[in-house]
Amino acid sequence: MLKFDERKIKLFSTIGQRATFGLVALDLVKILDNLIILTSDVSTSAGLDRFRKMYPENYYDVGIAEQNLIGVATGLASEGFKTVTTTFAPFQTTRCCEQIKVNLGYMQQKVILVGLASGISLGNLGFTHCCIEDFGILRSIPNITIISPADSLEVAKTFEAALYHNQSCYIRLTGTSNNPIIYKKDYKYEIGKSIQIKNGNDLTIFSNGSIINECLLACEELKKNNIDASLINMHTVKPIDETSIKNACIKSKMIVSVEEHNIYGGLGSAIAEVIAKKNFNKKLLTIGIDDYYEKGGNYDYLKEKYGLNSNKIVSKILSSFRNL
Amino acid sequence: MENDEKILIENFSRQLKYRIINMAYEAGSASAHIGGALSISDIVSVLFCKKMNGLDSNNPLKKSRDRFILSKGHACLAYYSALFLKKFLSEDILSTFEKNNSVLLGHPVMNREKGIEFSTGSLGMGLSLGIGLSLSSSKNKINNNIYVILGDGECNEGSVWEAAMAAPNLNLKNLHVIIDKNNFQQTGTTQDIMNTSNLNKKWESFGWNVSEINGHDIDKILKYFNGIDYTNGPNLLIANTVKGKGISFMENNNDWHHSPLSKSQFETAIDELNINNNLKC
Repeated sequence: MLKFDERKIKLFSTIGQRATFGLVALDLVKILDNLIILTSDVSTSAGLDRFRKMYPENYYDVGIAEQNLIGVATGLASEGFKTVTTTFAPFQTTRCCEQIKVNLGYMQQKVILVGLASGISLGNLGFTHCCIEDFGILRSIPNITIISPADSLEVAKTFEAALYHNQSCYIRLTGTSNNPIIYKKDYKYEIGKSIQIKNGNDLTIFSNGSIINECLLACEELKKNNIDASLINMHTVKPIDETSIKNACIKSKMIVSVEEHNIYGGLGSAIAEVIAKKNFNKKLLTIGIDDYYEKGGNYDYLKEKYGLNSNKIVSKILSSFRNL
Repeated sequence: MENDEKILIENFSRQLKYRIINMAYEAGSASAHIGGALSISDIVSVLFCKKMNGLDSNNPLKKSRDRFILSKGHACLAYYSALFLKKFLSEDILSTFEKNNSVLLGHPVMNREKGIEFSTGSLGMGLSLGIGLSLSSSKNKINNNIYVILGDGECNEGSVWEAAMAAPNLNLKNLHVIIDKNNFQQTGTTQDIMNTSNLNKKWESFGWNVSEINGHDIDKILKYFNGIDYTNGPNLLIANTVKGKGISFMENNNDWHHSPLSKSQFETAIDELNINNNLKC
């Protein structure tokens, strides 16, 4: 298992989730010589320039052709190669959704999909390059594990774990460079098992991806309002950690989900499904993108517009909590 | 000798067509894609009877086996029949075609123990899989061949052209694509629905070695596969075929794209095939 010291964690944070992925690939290929990374003309964006030059036998660029990307990766995977594909999240998921369904879902060939710059961090490029739909679309396809790492260190840990996981994984990378550090030290990570970041008895916030940092700030602000919030990193959206949701429902007065995704189909929906299925009878506040495309703008601008920065998260929680 | 080979393949092809018709009839009202299965029957016969190496039902996962991908998955009746004739599938399994809980559905479901390399049927996806297999062969230094059958209607799919563009760039030498050019697709002629004329020039311009032959002339098909340079792919064969080949009332009649067979139609079809029960292949 790869080890990460504080110096590396700081470096990962500075370069952001995408470049961390490319950097960690350099370590992983030394352990797994049958690792093959395939891209659609995004080696630089994925931090893979060094990998491409140093390991040409483990790297293929199939051009800007994502349907073919998934098919070629599947052919290789079917012969036992550990295949990873990567491009920007919309093109990694919705552009080649049929190939993902048939090859990864139906045929159960194991490919790791890495969606770059998902969510709204590329908002200044417009919504062609944002991705607020990936959780929802992929969650409806059987046999795919879906993960959104909280910070750059968790990207590294997720990437390694996914290579040994027993089914295809979608790894959703979010945020920008100078990605806030959630984990200052290396820690135990397991796909499918959520991690408690803060412990409080009044309510529980479930979140994942870079937006979790806004939740951390929100917890501090809630504390000033005498509300003790738990914060749980639900990095794996599918399969969702039902035990964690159950425990939260037992101890909290209210559950909150915060996600950089449409409120339909993502983390909040997954939690709602568990609460309904298990009859937990608990108030759930789903904070996310309210099913519309905003006018473009930078990350901070869009977080403000969509109510996803800490201030907006706090005010939504306060108004809901006070009405319980 | 050459004549014996031809007779062997012709016999295989007749048996193949017989099985296609049989399964289609047994499918009953579930209906079956008959026309496009018959149009590839001679190509499939040459491949399975003669050209493909390493197909062994006792060792179905043999690494060095040649691979067959039926990208136009709806023509699975020809595929299943070939796998039956190569002893991958029993008569009992064939009789479950399109029945509840069968491993033989109306489009192939990946089952390498039974010789089915991939699940296909969502059109335009097989060639990309073939590229992956071809890359794998070269990385593992396995000297085998990858055969992919596409439909001419299937070439409407954009993903076909993504893969067509990539294969020559990736310098794939053991990849062989056959386009079953029967000039029909589901609801009409290829010319009417989406004209894909000059397929040969299109593929040539993408960097493929292109040949074109009569896809029912066993001699010519054999000659093609015996003559191509197996170290200088990717190769593309445009096989001019007849949809519904071998059954007079089905030939070039697109009603038989997907249709149930009545008892009298079944009997007429079987009569026309003039089956020799001594399968020699």
